[in-house]
Amino acid sequence: MIQPLVPGGSAARFGEVVEASIERLLGQCHRLYAAPVLGTLVRAGESVYAVVEGIETVALDPTRPIVARGAEAASEAEVYAEHPQLERLLRTQVTLSVIGHREGSDVRQYLPPLPPRIHTFLHVCAAEEVRDFFGDGRPDFASLLIRRGLSAGDDVLAAVLRQAAGAFEAPGDFLLTASRGVAVLLAGDTARLNAIVRRLPLGS
Amino acid sequence: MGVDAMGPLGIVVGGSLSRGLDVRLGSAEAVEQAKVGTFVTVQGASSRYFGIITDLRLDAADPRLASAMADADPAMASVLSGTSVYSLATVTPMLTTGVAGEAPTPAKSLPGHFSPVHRATNEDVQAVFGSEDARHIYIGSPLDMEDTRVCLDLEEFVKRSNGVFGKSGTGKSFLTRILLAGILQRGVATNLVFDMHSEYGWQTKTESGYSAKGLKQLFPSRVAVFTMDPASSRQRGVQTDFEVQIGYDEIEPEDIAILAQTLNITDLGVQACYTLQRHFGASWLLDFLEQPADELAERLGESPSTLDALRRRLGHLQRLDFMQPHGQGAVKRVLDHLADGRHVVLEFGRYGDDLTAYLLVANLITRRIHEEYRRRTEQALATDGKDPDPLVITIEEAHRFLGPGIAGQTIFGTIAREMRKYHVTLLVVDQRPSGIDDEVMSQVGTRIICQLDNDRDIDAVLGGASGARELKSVLSRLEPRQQALMFGHALPMPVVIRTRDYDETLYAEMSVPGAGAAQGRDKRDLFG
Repeated sequence: MIQPLVPGGSAARFGEVVEASIERLLGQCHRLYAAPVLGTLVRAGESVYAVVEGIETVALDPTRPIVARGAEAASEAEVYAEHPQLERLLRTQVTLSVIGHREGSDVRQYLPPLPPRIHTFLHVCAAEEVRDFFGDGRPDFASLLIRRGLSAGDDVLAAVLRQAAGAFEAPGDFLLTASRGVAVLLAGDTARLNAIVRRLPLGS
Repeated sequence: MGVDAMGPLGIVVGGSLSRGLDVRLGSAEAVEQAKVGTFVTVQGASSRYFGIITDLRLDAADPRLASAMADADPAMASVLSGTSVYSLATVTPMLTTGVAGEAPTPAKSLPGHFSPVHRATNEDVQAVFGSEDARHIYIGSPLDMEDTRVCLDLEEFVKRSNGVFGKSGTGKSFLTRILLAGILQRGVATNLVFDMHSEYGWQTKTESGYSAKGLKQLFPSRVAVFTMDPASSRQRGVQTDFEVQIGYDEIEPEDIAILAQTLNITDLGVQACYTLQRHFGASWLLDFLEQPADELAERLGESPSTLDALRRRLGHLQRLDFMQPHGQGAVKRVLDHLADGRHVVLEFGRYGDDLTAYLLVANLITRRIHEEYRRRTEQALATDGKDPDPLVITIEEAHRFLGPGIAGQTIFGTIAREMRKYHVTLLVVDQRPSGIDDEVMSQVGTRIICQLDNDRDIDAVLGGASGARELKSVLSRLEPRQQALMFGHALPMPVVIRTRDYDETLYAEMSVPGAGAAQGRDKRDLFG
């Protein structure tokens, strides 16, 4: 289902919020394995922006652990074909880091005043909305990710930049501007900055 | 591209009045534009500051940068440049003006953090150094600002003794020529040039091969060329006005004292000269040279060996063709010319290589001129009359006259120390300023310094200057030709210039009548 938000743009709905805090959301995908890729910009409802920082697929009922079923099967697809209930017993969840929100027509790269409510729909932002959010390339949002202390935070940040760059006509320029912004935030830690920069297709 | 279109060089991020401002340079272009010696302005909240870049350095926010960046990854380099690694310029603030555009005064405050720093514009340079007028001459352009003119206030300039320093081949004599021509044209003082290498009076070939006009050619009716070596002057086609001869009876023991180092005369020998003068009177030198030593030693109570040695050393004077038994009034001729407002260039011809001749003649003439100016000044004081016109005496190889050992004895040391009291000042041209007495150097008002290699020379020439440490880094990066650092009395702040060319443009400008007393003569020069 497609919901237009920004004039001329479109956003694809993929799930809804099942846990919400001001910094972090847990979203459940409507379809198994139909999660947006790591680093994707996601809009919850009308105003809260977040990026995908983690994806997991787990049993719907935590008391019923999943068991291996493919001993006799020829392929992975065969396993799912022979056990159609799996689609119902499993769920794909995404963890989202909130990185901004929208106030009217203005985009803010900092935390919203309130988290979205449970069952708020989640949308993958289309290219135009991505450009609108990242604007001139100044990664003010990056400080939220850097300070959150995620174990794979740098990977997430690099993934966000990579995903966002794809929406721009000159991805290289966007990446350079954004990386320089990150460099200011990580001025005292060149090794960490280096790790992030190496994950970006800079200069290619 | 216009200067304004380039945007600020950077912003102030720290610093102190004594050590200078730390300016973080903005763009990569700014880093390359910012050179040591560049004249910049800093726009504070209510004042505008003028300063020069005295140092540049690279800084990094991360102290572990060197280890974290094992290889030069171009992507990483472009990310880091200007963000966590950046260039800092040290800007020494020199002057400040208020918003109303009042005259600049020495900076006693600092602009705040984040004040933008711009390269100085044409208007800034004019606001600080003035524009060409009756007392200002165009002497060169600030670094990388070819169309901008830095002017020197000649009236202030001639109020103190001044120095042009630099190793040979750096353009000292062309700079000196520009100064002399300026002084002449603006009529701010009379010049007496002891022209060691015969390069100021008449044309000389430059190192690049074109011939450069001398003062006599620029101002035929106002400059007299005196020569010590008529043969050399004739060969070079110089129109000389007078052949200078020096009489033995004009030489006094003080004149020998200055030669002591050059001729290797001992203190005892110098003392003996005074005894000889008491004994023989004015003609002491010739009498001494012609008398047998033994008998004389006995009569004077001097040791024969001292007199023998002295005679041998002074025998050098007999090899100088311009020495005559009796003086021909050369000193008086010089004085008459000067009193008449005519400028005198004394060429040494082949004696230019003979330091003894140069020291002897320069000292002898200057001593008498100084006496005369002293007399006239005192007379003017007593009778409320007119002071003599200021006189600028140009000497080369100045360290020979002003060395620590002899600056106390020579007339040049006296003139340098007593400054303009008697309206006589020096323009010293020297390539070895470390040889000049500290006390004399501290009295040098305006210093114009071309490239110097020797550390001791650099230290000497900056001695007593405020901000010497900062200026040192500027000075040590001057280009070998046509660049000079100027600072001191006649300049509101230090500035690095590319000296203007000594060419047809300058000749043309010099032929325009300057302000001052001698205008009529200029017209005569122009229209015959």
